[in-house]
Parts: sequence; C-alpha cells; structure tokens
Amino acid sequence: MTGARRVRLQILRAVIFLFAAAFFLVPIGAMFEFSTRGIGVTAPRTLSAWAAIPSTPELATAITASLELAAITSIMMLALLLPTMVWVRLRLQGLNRIIEFICLMPLTVPAIALVVGIKPLYIWISLNFTDSILALAFGYLILVLPYAYRSLDAGLAAIDLKTLTEAARSLGAGWGTVMLRVVVPNMPSAILNASLLSASLVLGEYTFANLLNYENLQVAIQYVSLVSAGTSIAVAVASLLFAFVLLMILSFAGGRLQVRSPRGRA
Amino acid sequence: MSTTTRSAATGVEVRLEHLRRVFAGVVALDELSLTLAPGELVALLGPSGCGKTTALRLVAGLDEVTSGKVLFGGTDVTTLGANKRDVGMVFQAYSLFPHMTAMQNVAFGLRMRHVDEQERRQRSGEMLEIVGLSGFADRFAHQLSGGQQQRVALARALAIQPKVLLLDEPLSALDAKVRGRLRDEIRRVQLEVGITTLFVTHDQEEALAIADRVGVMNKGRLEQLGPPTTIYSRPATPFVAEFVGLTNRMEGEVKGGEVIVRGARLPLVKPDTPEGPAVALVRPEAVSLASDGDASGGPLVGTVIAVAFLGATSRVTVDLGDVIVLAQMPTSQASANPAGSRVRLTLRPDPVLIARDETAAAEA
Repeated sequence: MTGARRVRLQILRAVIFLFAAAFFLVPIGAMFEFSTRGIGVTAPRTLSAWAAIPSTPELATAITASLELAAITSIMMLALLLPTMVWVRLRLQGLNRIIEFICLMPLTVPAIALVVGIKPLYIWISLNFTDSILALAFGYLILVLPYAYRSLDAGLAAIDLKTLTEAARSLGAGWGTVMLRVVVPNMPSAILNASLLSASLVLGEYTFANLLNYENLQVAIQYVSLVSAGTSIAVAVASLLFAFVLLMILSFAGGRLQVRSPRGRA
Repeated sequence: MSTTTRSAATGVEVRLEHLRRVFAGVVALDELSLTLAPGELVALLGPSGCGKTTALRLVAGLDEVTSGKVLFGGTDVTTLGANKRDVGMVFQAYSLFPHMTAMQNVAFGLRMRHVDEQERRQRSGEMLEIVGLSGFADRFAHQLSGGQQQRVALARALAIQPKVLLLDEPLSALDAKVRGRLRDEIRRVQLEVGITTLFVTHDQEEALAIADRVGVMNKGRLEQLGPPTTIYSRPATPFVAEFVGLTNRMEGEVKGGEVIVRGARLPLVKPDTPEGPAVALVRPEAVSLASDGDASGGPLVGTVIAVAFLGATSRVTVDLGDVIVLAQMPTSQASANPAGSRVRLTLRPDPVLIARDETAAAEA
C-alpha cells in the first residue's frame, strides 16, 4: 500500500470515527449543557441540578433499586440460562432450536404486549408475596433472554464443550465442578458480555416498571422531570455514561480475558 | 521414579458382559463380551461406526448401556457415573483445559480427589516427567504442539492412578512421525505403570503395533479377538482378513480340505470349509514374483502395472489379464521388475480364508 493511500485511508477512518462520535456525544453534550444551565437566560452555569441527585430521595432509591435489579437479573439469567444451554448442547441437542426460539421470542414481542400479558401475574405476586420492586427481575429476565442467549451461545460455540466436560467428568468432577471450574473459566468474555448487556438493558428499562407501577431509575427520571427538568436530564446523562462505561468494560476487559484463556491449537 | 507412581502399577481385570447399546432403534453395540487381564492392553479396531468408541464410552461411563454389565476387578460399575468410575481417559480431540497450565491440567484429577497441594504438585511433576514434559509444566495448551498436548493428556489421565486407562483414538489428529513416536511412548508408559488399557483406533498398524490383543469390530459386533499375529495371519472372518492388512481376492475351488487357486494348492484357515467354488483371500506377502524368463518363476504370468515404494518393502501390482494381484516384497527384489515388465507369480502355501458369504451371495 502506498503512503498516500494509507494517509487517505487514515483520514477516512478518522472522519467516520468523528461522525460516529458526534452522533453519540452531541446529544449527550447537549443534555449536559442543558443540565448545567442556571435559572434565567443570563444566569451563570451551575451544577446544582447534578448536586440535587443525591438529595432527591425518590431518585436515590430508584438508582439503588435499578442497580439491584441489574445485578439480580444478571445473576438469575446466568444461573438459569448457562446450565440449561450447556445441558441442551450435551444431552438434549434436539431441543437446541426450541430453546433458541424461546429465548429469541421476546425480541419479536413489544415490551408493552409483554406487560399486558404478565400484569395479572404481578398483581397476584404483589397481593400474595411481595410488592418489592425487585420482583421486576422476573420480568426483566424475559427481556434480557435474547441478548444473553446470543452472547452465551457464541461463547459455548467457541469451546469444545463435549470433550472438555467429558474430560473433567472422567477425572472425577461432578456437574457443579464442571460448570464452575471448566465451563465458566473458558468463556469469561461471553459471560461478561451477557451480564453487562443484561445490566445495561435493565438500567434503561422504562415500560415494564411504569406500567406495573414500580419506580425504577427511568420512571424516577420521568417523575423528577416534572418538577426539575435539569435534575432529570442530569440523571439521564449519568445513567447513559454509566451504561457507556459498562460497555467499555465489556469490550476491554472481555478482550483481556480472552487473551488470558486462549484456545488450544492443533 | 518415585514410589507414588510405582504404586499405581496394579492393573485390574476389566470385564464387559453382553454390552448392548441401542440409539433410537439403531444397534450401535451388539452383545459385546470381552475380558481384559490386569495390566493388559487391548485395542479395539474397526471402521467408523463399528461400535468401538461406543464400547469405550460405556466403559468410561460417558454413555448409558441398554443392557449388559461393566465390571472392574469384579465390581459392577455399570450404573456408576463417569466421575465415580476411576478411569483415566485420553480423547481423540485435544482435551486439555485451555485456561490451565500443563501442571494444573495434570493436577486437576488429584484436586477432585482432595489430594493436598504439596502432593498434587509432586505427583503432577512426576507424571509430566514420565511423559517427558517436565520442562513444560507452566505452558498453556496453546503453547504446546499436538503431540505434547496428548502427552499431557496422558499424564493427566494417569495422575489419578485410575483402575483403567481408556484411549479414544488419541493419535489420530497427529502427523505420521509424531504418531509413531507417541504410540511407542504410550506403550512404554502403559507397561511402566502396568495399567489395564483399552485402546480404540481405526488404524490397523497402530493396533497391531501396540496391543497385547486386538479386537476387530464390525457393525457393533466383535468379529475376532486375539494377539496381533493371529489376527493378521489367521483372520477368523473375511471381514477381518480384508480390514486388517491387504488381501488379494482370487477365485478358486475348495476341494479335499484345501483351495486350488490357479493351479496352486493352498491350505485353509478353516479346513472344514464346504467344498465348491470360492474366493480365496491371499495376502500380498504370500505372493512371490520372478522375471518371466526366470526358471524358478511360478505358473502365473502377468504384467507389472505399478510399483509402490514403501521403504524397506515395495508393493507390486500385477495384471494377470482377468484379475489384478498385489505382491509385497523387499524393495531390492521389486526394483528388478519395473512397471511394464512380464513376471511370473508363485502363491506361497500359507493358510488362506475363504470369502464364503460373498461367493454364496454371488451364486444366489
């Protein structure tokens, strides 16, 4: 490749990168700008809207609840999906397509339709068991299935699952040990991806919580916006940045983990 | 070598009784009965789909029997899970845990048995030494060659001092040179440790070279079980004769306890073979060859159409007009008769087997 062509390519890459960055950063920048406006046209910049976040009780509670929901949903997703997928691949291969279909189905059903279907169950849960917002984790589990499935599926496809599990079994490992000491350490990137995608989705979820009358982060932002637009935008920016940081962790840490546990070669 | 490793040198008898495995109506293994003496290495040999790997997996506990029993040292282990059978297994595919070093891989089974860390390290080190990889303890699987990975897998299988060692085509992914070397090494280690071993392969050379006894399998059944020399020189069935080594199919007639093939009288492996037209299975090395003008030459005259150099020996393909015959001989002798030359063949009177089934089928 000639030097001139290389330079042109680099310029093209830089332009594409700048456009992509602008696409994401300009709205966030505008939101940040809005959240730092003072009251009145000539008022100086202020961080009062940001400072109000911790002192707005419903907001702090909603942030905590959303973070808890993100963690619980990710853990439940891994506990349910990973052993199921491993078992299906090893013992019930005929069910593979059915499991895939079930897991991907939430992609085709709008969240609002899901809520309508699931609402009677939540009413029953709140009347008979608990009205804690953490019960939302069961609904969120359905929402995250497609993304988590795809990620875990790619991770499982990248290892010789059958041989590794059989080798571990023949060496005396029970199924729990096989999962924790052989399967999980060999697909850290896929597990991290699935977890962080689930967490990001839960942190940005609005429809389920609002229609089921729970106050998560997004619902709280919407409430706060009625009384303080600046604070609500500040929280929205913060949550976007938080999700962005999560995705950065996903791409960098995932890459590192992959390097630390490379595949064998022939 | 340490005492820990030597203490493993106590092979147990392994008995398979009428083992049967049916997959969705298809019989993969049909009434396999086989006894391995303590410390013996038995190779199961057969084409793809003959049931040899199924048999191995049933012994390992990685698959469930439809009927029959597996006994280790007289104890019925048929219903025990794979993790409780105390077997060591080396797989066809590279099976080292990619996230662990060679040392950690070898120590894995010991860890499952709650062996303390110091002993784990000691025994793993010893096993790596036995397979000649003590300098590779800290390498990950991707930093090892295929042959080295299989040697680590062997060390890992032996480290737990299993009752039985199961080898599922462990050499098939390796190149020819490494395969030969590792095959000899497996045999050396197996003899050193004295462990009862079941070796599954589709490579006849491998099976004949390594095993105390070879079991030839076909369509889920054990066709013949015996020492390698018997399997080769006295095949029990036409399938064994044709699967193990090369054979010439030559038409003849069974008469008076022998078969007459183109004037040559050859003894039969089974003297009670019914009389009549038959196809004799003649080994290439039982065919000798001389130049057409040579007075010592045999009665069969043909033309050499190809000479395949195999190293110390060569295989000569001769066209007799109505049939192609293979002859194997020292290369020096074969080179005297290049392609195109006229030659005379003699059939050595080694016992031959009759492909009776196919003859009967052809007649029908």
